Parts: sequence; C-alpha cells; structure tokens
Amino acid sequence: MSSIERFQNPGLPEHVHRKADTDPKAAKRAEQQVAILFLLSALGTVGTIAAYIYIRSDLYVYIPILGSTNVQQMSLGIGLTVATLCIGLGAIQWAKKLMPDTEVIQERHELRSEDQDRADFVETFKERGGEAGIARRPLIKRTLGIALGVVGLSPLVLLRDLGPMPKKYFETTNWTAGTRLVLDPGGAYIKPSDLEVGAVAQVLPELPKGTERTLENVGKDAVLLIRLRPEDFNLDAERLSWTYNGIIAFSKICTHMGCAVALYEQQTHHLLCPCHQSTFDVTRAAKVVFGPAARPLPQLAISVDAGGYLVAKQGFTVPVGPSYWERNSSNG
Amino acid sequence: MNKFTQFRRRKIAGPILVVAALFTIGTAFGIASALPGAQPAPSSSTSPLVSQGKAIFLRGCSSCHGLNAEGGAIAPSLIGVGAAAVDFQVGTGRMPMADMSQQAMRKKPVYNADETAALAAYVASLAPGPASVTSENLNWQRDGNIAQGGQLFRTNCAMCHNFAGQGGALTNGKYAPSLMGVEPKYVYEALITGPQSMPKFSDTTITPQEKLSLIAWLQSANHEQNLGGASLGRVGPVTEGLLVWTLGLGLLIGVAVWLAMKAR
Amino acid sequence: MKRSEKAIGSVANYVDERTGAAKWLKKNLTKVFPDHWSFMLGEICLYSFIILLLSGTFLTFWFDPSQRDVVYNGAYSPLSGVSMSSAYASTLHISFDVRGGLLMRQIHHWAALIFMAAIVAHLFRVFFTGAFRKPREFNWIIGIGLLTFGIVEGFLGYSLPDDLLSGTGIRIAEAIIQALPVVGSYLAFFAFGGPFPGTAFIPRIFIVHVLILPGLFLALITIHLMLVWYQKHTQFPGPGRTEKNVVGYPLMPVYMAKAGGFFFIVFSVTAFLGAVASINPIWLYGPYTPGQISAGSQPDWYMGWLDGLVRMAPPLETHAFGHTISWNILLPGLILPGILFTGMALYPFIESWVTGDKREHHLLDRPRNAPNRTALGAMSIAFMIISLVNGGNDIIATHFHLTINGIMWFTRIGLFIVPPIVFIITKRICLSLQRADRDLVLHGKETGRLVMLPSGEMVEVHEQLTDAQKWTLTQHQQPDALPAPLPESATRGLKGKLRKRMNQAHAIQIPAPTLSELKELDHH
Repeated sequence: MSSIERFQNPGLPEHVHRKADTDPKAAKRAEQQVAILFLLSALGTVGTIAAYIYIRSDLYVYIPILGSTNVQQMSLGIGLTVATLCIGLGAIQWAKKLMPDTEVIQERHELRSEDQDRADFVETFKERGGEAGIARRPLIKRTLGIALGVVGLSPLVLLRDLGPMPKKYFETTNWTAGTRLVLDPGGAYIKPSDLEVGAVAQVLPELPKGTERTLENVGKDAVLLIRLRPEDFNLDAERLSWTYNGIIAFSKICTHMGCAVALYEQQTHHLLCPCHQSTFDVTRAAKVVFGPAARPLPQLAISVDAGGYLVAKQGFTVPVGPSYWERNSSNG
Repeated sequence: MNKFTQFRRRKIAGPILVVAALFTIGTAFGIASALPGAQPAPSSSTSPLVSQGKAIFLRGCSSCHGLNAEGGAIAPSLIGVGAAAVDFQVGTGRMPMADMSQQAMRKKPVYNADETAALAAYVASLAPGPASVTSENLNWQRDGNIAQGGQLFRTNCAMCHNFAGQGGALTNGKYAPSLMGVEPKYVYEALITGPQSMPKFSDTTITPQEKLSLIAWLQSANHEQNLGGASLGRVGPVTEGLLVWTLGLGLLIGVAVWLAMKAR
Repeated sequence: MKRSEKAIGSVANYVDERTGAAKWLKKNLTKVFPDHWSFMLGEICLYSFIILLLSGTFLTFWFDPSQRDVVYNGAYSPLSGVSMSSAYASTLHISFDVRGGLLMRQIHHWAALIFMAAIVAHLFRVFFTGAFRKPREFNWIIGIGLLTFGIVEGFLGYSLPDDLLSGTGIRIAEAIIQALPVVGSYLAFFAFGGPFPGTAFIPRIFIVHVLILPGLFLALITIHLMLVWYQKHTQFPGPGRTEKNVVGYPLMPVYMAKAGGFFFIVFSVTAFLGAVASINPIWLYGPYTPGQISAGSQPDWYMGWLDGLVRMAPPLETHAFGHTISWNILLPGLILPGILFTGMALYPFIESWVTGDKREHHLLDRPRNAPNRTALGAMSIAFMIISLVNGGNDIIATHFHLTINGIMWFTRIGLFIVPPIVFIITKRICLSLQRADRDLVLHGKETGRLVMLPSGEMVEVHEQLTDAQKWTLTQHQQPDALPAPLPESATRGLKGKLRKRMNQAHAIQIPAPTLSELKELDHH
C-alpha cells in the first residue's frame, strides 16, 4: 500500500428548513407560543406580588411530599419560578423556531503573532529597557530589588494585631484542684449519689464569683461525667484513683478536631465523636479504638469535697482538645 | 456555654427570674406530687398481678433473662431495672426481641397493656427500681418549657438523636432511633432507665421538670412545620447535596439539551 | 426612516463618537458560537454566580455579622429566651420576619450548591473532551482557581449564620489551622482574634465572603470569559467542522436569546428549589456553643469529600522533641487535597509533556478517542465519590442499615483499590467503543433485515453510514499521526523512561478505519 486514503471531511450538511420557515401557519403558531409564555411570566410576577401583599405569613397548608408547608414562602417562590421560567422558555423557543437557524462558518486565526510583530516587540522592549538603563546601572537594579523585596513586610507586620499570642492558652483550663463540678445547663453542684450506674452528665467547672462563662471557656472546659460499675474499669492504679465510686470524667473536646465527644454507649462503654467517628473506650481511660483520633481524651481526676460534692482533684495533666505544634505529647 | 449565667447578667433578667422562680416553686409541688419516684418493692410478692406477671415472664422472657430474671449470656439481669424499664421495653415492642440483631427496634408490642403491667409488677417486685409512668402524670404542656427543653436536648440528646430528633448512627451498626412520634411517657421512661445503648439521665442531673421541658420541646419538634418546603429528612447537608445533583442539575441539563436541539 | 430607527441612530452616533465602539461591536455581534448542551454547563456557573450576587445582596440588608451575645425574643418560640450570637439571631429574623427572606436565603444556598455542582460538571466536560489543551491552558488554571475559591466561599457562607452545625465546621477549620507545623497556634489566634470561638471570626469572614472573594470571582470570571471570547469556543468534530473554523450561530440574535433565556431558566430552577425544598434550616440546629453537637454533622457536598478523607485517615501523630505533628489532620486535610488540586491544575502540561503534542486544538476529543485521559478522569471521580460516601457514612449507615465502621473500612480500602480498577475498566470500555466505531464505519449499521443468499445462507443486511457519520467517527488524530513522536533524547534517564512509558500507554489505540480499508473490503 503506497498511501493510505483517509476519509474526507464532507463539509457542512445541507440546511434543512424548519416548518416555521416554510409554513406561515407554523410560524404564526410559534409566535403565539412565545407570546403566551411571556404573558404567563407577567402573570407569575403579578402572582408573586399578590402573594407578598395578601398571604399571611403564618398560613400553612398540607401538600403531598412537601408536608405542611408555609403558603406565603411557597407562593412567592413558585411565582418567581413561573415568572423567570416563562421568560426563559419563551426566549429560547423564539430563538429556536423563528430566528435564523442556518449554521454559520467563521474562520479561526492562529493566536500566535506574526514573526515580524514578535521581532518588533523584542526590539522595542530591548530599546525601551535600554533607555531606562537598568542593565547598565546594576546599583539601581539591586537596590530596587531590595526595596521591592521588603516592601511587602509592612502590611504583614501591620496584621500582627489580628490577635494576641497564644502563650500557654492551649495548656490551661479553668479546672484546678478543688474546683466544683456544675451541671451544664443549670449550674447545680453534683453529688456522687446523683448519678446512677449508667448515667451521664455534662459538666463545667464552677467559675470564681464574678467571672462570666464564655464560649471560649466552654470550648476547653466541657467535661463528660459517666458512672460505671467500678468492676467495669480496666485502668492502672493511678487512673483508677482519678475516678470516684465508678464515676469517671473526661474532657468532652475531641483530641482530633475539637468537636464535642458525647455519644456515650452505655452498654459498650464507648464514646463516639459524631464529626469523624473517633471511638474511645471509657473503661480503658478513653483509649482510641476506632477512627482518626490519635490520643485518648484527657481524664480529669475527681473526688469529693467536705460538702460531699464532686470536685476536681487537680487540673488536666495534659492540654485538652486538638493537637498543635508546641504540644508536648510525650506523656499523652 | 452556661447561657443562664449570661442571662442572669442582663437587666431585664431580674424581674423575669423572679416570676420564673415563683412559677417554678409553684409548679414544683404539682410535679413532685404527680411524678412517681423510685418505688420500693411491694411487700407482698404474691399479689395476683405479680404472679400473673411471673407466669408471662417464665413463658416469654426467661429463656434469655433467666428463670429468676438474673440475666444470662445474651441478656442482662432485670433485677432492679424497675417497672419503668419493663413498660418501656415491652410497651414499645422492643422486648421480646424478634432476632438477635445489634439492637432491639421498636415494633408492634407482643403483650397488651394489662400483660405489660403484670410483667412490670413482677420485675418491680424483685428489687426497687424506677416505677413506670403514665402519660396523664406527665403534664408537659403545663410544666414544660420548650426553649429550655431545646437547650437540654442540644446538650444531652442531639449528639445521638440529631438536632431535630431524627436519630443517628452509633458504632458497629447500633443507632439512636428517631424520636418522632414517640409518646411522652416512653421518652420519660427512656430517660430514667437508659435502655440499650442510651445512658441514664438521673433526676438530679436532669430534674423531673427539665425532663418535661425536653418532652415539650420534642412535641414541638414533632409538629415542626415545613417552613421552607420539603424537609429532606432533617438530616443536614447530605440530602441537600443529593437533591442538587439530581433534581437541580438534572432540570438544568434537561433544558440545555432542549436548547441545543435543532428545531424541526 | 422610521422615528424609532432615527432615535436609535442618533444615540448610537453619540456613543460611537465618544468611544469608537461601532467597529468592535460590528465585528463581535456576528461572532459565532457552536451549540451543544454541554457548553451550557459553564453558563450555569456564570448565571448561578449572578443569582448569588443578587440574593446575597438582599441578605446583607438584614444580616448582622456579629458574635455579640443577644437574647432571642423573636417569632420562633422554641428558641425564645435563648442566648445566641447576633449573626444567628439576625438569620432567624430573615427567616421568620422578613417576607420572602427565607425564600432568598434558600435561593442563595441552593444557588451556591448549583454553582459548585455546575463548576464540577463543567470541569468534567472540559477534561473529558480535551478542551484544556493548547491554547486554553490558562483558562483551565483559572477554572481550577475558581473551583478552589468556590469551595472556600461556600464554606464561609455556610459558616456565617453561627448555628450549631456551622459552628462545628468552624471548630474543625480552627483545628486544621492549629495543626499547621510551627505557625499553627499563632495563625489560629490571629484568625480568630484570640481563642476559639471569640467574637472576631464571623465579622472577618463576612467581609471575605461578601467583598474579597466575590471581587476575586468577578475578576477571574471576566478573564475566563474574555479568553473564551478571544480564543473562540471549541467545537465537537463533525462534517464541516475543522481546526480552523467555528460552526454555529451568531451572537446576535440567536445566541443572545438562547443564553439570555437560559439565565432565566437557571434562576427559575433555583427559585423552584428555594420554594419547595428546605435547605439549611438553622432554626432547627440551634445556636452554636462548643459543648453541644448534633449527630450527623456534615459539611455541604463540595466539602464532603474532604470530610470523608479526614474521617478515614489513620490515627497518626508524631510526638517528638516536645512537639506534635498531626498527620491525621494534615494528610487528609491539606497534603492530599494540595496534591490533587496541584495535579489537576498542571494536567494540561503533564499531558502535553507525555504526548509531545504542542499544537493548537480547537476540535474536541470524543472521550473514547483519548482512553488514557478518560480512564484517568474516571479514576479521579471514583476516588472523589468514595471519599464523599465516607463523608456521609453516618447518614448512609442509618438509612441503609449499614455500620459506620463497615463503611469506613470499605472506603479506607476502596480508596486504594477501586480507582485503579475503574481506570482499567474505563480504558477497556474506551477501546471497545473505538472498535465498535471501526466496525460501524467498515461494515455499516445492523438493520435487523435478513436476506437469503443464493447459496441459501441467511445474512443480515448492513447499511453503510453516511459520509458525515464516517467522517465524525474517523476524523480524530491518532498517535501515529502525531507530527513528532518523542525524540530519542527525550526518553533517557529516569524522567525520560517514565515519559516513554506514559507515552506508550497513551498511544494504545484501535486504528481508525481508513477509506482505503473500506475500499478493500468492498472489493471482496
């Protein structure tokens, strides 16, 4: 075979006329369709305005699939839908049926500039650049480089006051030795007898008088209190001494990304984080048994004070919440 | 966040709190007298109701829970769980379980109200435990505060049952069921007995009045109307994303295909 | 001349004498645009962006971007007396007290979801048809930029109402910032104006959401469209279409009417969704506080794949020298997405490096004729879908009676196994389709009509394709027809060997039938 013959481009197919091009009746029909659509749109707008003015905002009606639906919000939306849909359909129908539908061929031009233009550009650039003399005056070139290089630093410095330095913020909470546990919400003190086996409670530290509890506090201080049968624990002696009569306390802030870990399964003694499904085993000091969290939830040592109320024996021994660069995680 | 602490700091809070306090004191009596606490084991363990319950127990429950309700390899002991637990588990059809699946689900009850009451009386006779409640005792319309209930729900319940009480996934195929349409007394009994995976919420950590608030909020969530149209299951953005890729983009591509089609 | 024509003439004269616009307009009003439904995907993006600007402006009239504490006493009684941020309270106000406010909120949110979905669909179209090839690489990169900023913009918008769901999202964003090595805790404090959640974050992201990013979008979209205009649109192959022409309809009037009409269609679909389907009902979520959370906390779908990756990440952290590096956050949250998006942005250059093809392309590829690229695209989609599935694993588990642990393990393993399988299968399908094309051209269409030959044998009558069909199926450039196969020098060294391997994989094709072959067959 000397040369392979390929199929050839047959060129644009012959234009086929639409009905509306040849039949005046069809054209008239198309025109009417478009006009009706535009009128419907106007009706939609009138309906929207009427709905805005006349329909009470507390009126509900049952609609299959949607359920008990607010009439005002629904009518406004449907009115708007009709108003816009019919303009759109009308315009497209007009274009399809009545505007010229002969396909047009337009030539493309190569984007690349002509060689002469390119050469001229390079020439001009060099010439103008030469006039500035940047190549001849290296001192200007270098100092300009320095100036431009550092000029961006001032805005960066100006942004410094966006926030304070973290300092020891991540390592501290409001829990200290003797802080009473209070219920969230409510703020009542808790006695060990208040919790039956299998019971949980969301608690916060009692703040010194006159201190307002902020969301920032809650984001670090939130603790989950759980009561198990003491024989269910599988803890070392130290961690066991941090519990009180089967009551164990963990930071509620996930060590992965800080969500509130509070899905406690009473039978398996597992705590689940709903964000990324890290699962912690309460009986083994919140050891991670599933999911992306890499560290157990910090355990809070608890005891009772003279009044018989639950208190923290000491603050958290490790920072609560997600990891950060400065965190020393060698001891958990 | 302790919203109440912040609330207390507001000027208008003073008068409101006084009124609220008076209201609370007033209603506390009502609730205290209306709500059953833990009741001691009936002294006569031979009352006819108890023996009827024992008979039912031996027939329908003892194969798993043991002849004396002491529990077995596959089922927990029922000593001390109280009548409330029986009323909840049997009354909602969860017990007896149909099969050994991860978790007992709500189904048509096997025993009628009288049989359930007899079973409850038998289990209550074994050891003291929370007594069952009746819907008439729970005057949540009067004593429950919907907004307070919402706060409590979001702190204590939403993590498992979802923000609107639609239920959610737990580990290994267990799940927190939907709370839609659950009768107030079963909500109350679940709170005090902690069925299956659910922890208990003691009366001191969530007071009886607060429990009624929770019920009031749940009832309001039950009748929450669809302000913005179809609720899409109230499970958050997953169904919204699904709808936008199917109906939303589907409609638009449909019109685009029509638009680009040659008219005849 | 009619009165109206005279009036138009004098206005046009006035403007042209001051701008000289007539020449430019004359040329551009007759500009030709090819017609295909898939070319409307980009327009959906543009129009939903306009809808976002309109509905978003409406919302700013009432929205108060502040984390100041207020006690709610509005129309929604289940929240009355609850302390919340002003941002949340004003969103409740828009939803309950402003007539049509909820509709606008829902239109805004649905438009955002459509915007992102249309961007992704548009990206698929451009990728699978090879529209990103020279000279359109810049526009590809701008498109990837728009996708990336779109994800950020969407996330910020979702965060603004300060409800329990979005607050959880911000909490996670903070954890990602905090996890950055060396600078993390400082950056987190600077971003939030102190500890999380603070009172500075929502006002700050508000200005990013309504000014900085929309401005950036406007600029990038303008450049994107100007380049499309200047380079002229690509077109699908077919009779009469060549690399040197554009076949279609002129801007005025056909394209104007169609595109203008389509804007209203996009608006109506968005309004329809806003009317009938509830989206982000924040009053049900409650206000944000760090101690609360809801089951099934998810981001919007365009972030779902990221959340899915984070969920399936291994529990890895490095603890050394008094420092902590959270691989369980950095790997799925930053490093992997970074690699994916960089790879995507560089793909036009990678492909042209592999094929050695430096020519301009204005005719689109039929996906089957670029099996390697199509398979790669399908593989990436499989990867994304698996991640996305894991992002919704809790909802899937409860609705299909599965376990989250099971889905997690399925996706953890599937993420590595399924995409390569999808690659192989897609490539095979592409080659099979090429083979089918070849059969069709050489042997014609099966008609189902049987005839008996004189010998008594029954055969089915095959109908020859038209010239136009034959051309469409055979016009594509195949590797052996490329002007410059890789030179020997380009295949040396490790990089060269890799290039050669990929080049060879790219060159696997079923030979397109030729007229000579057809003639030869006809002889028999």
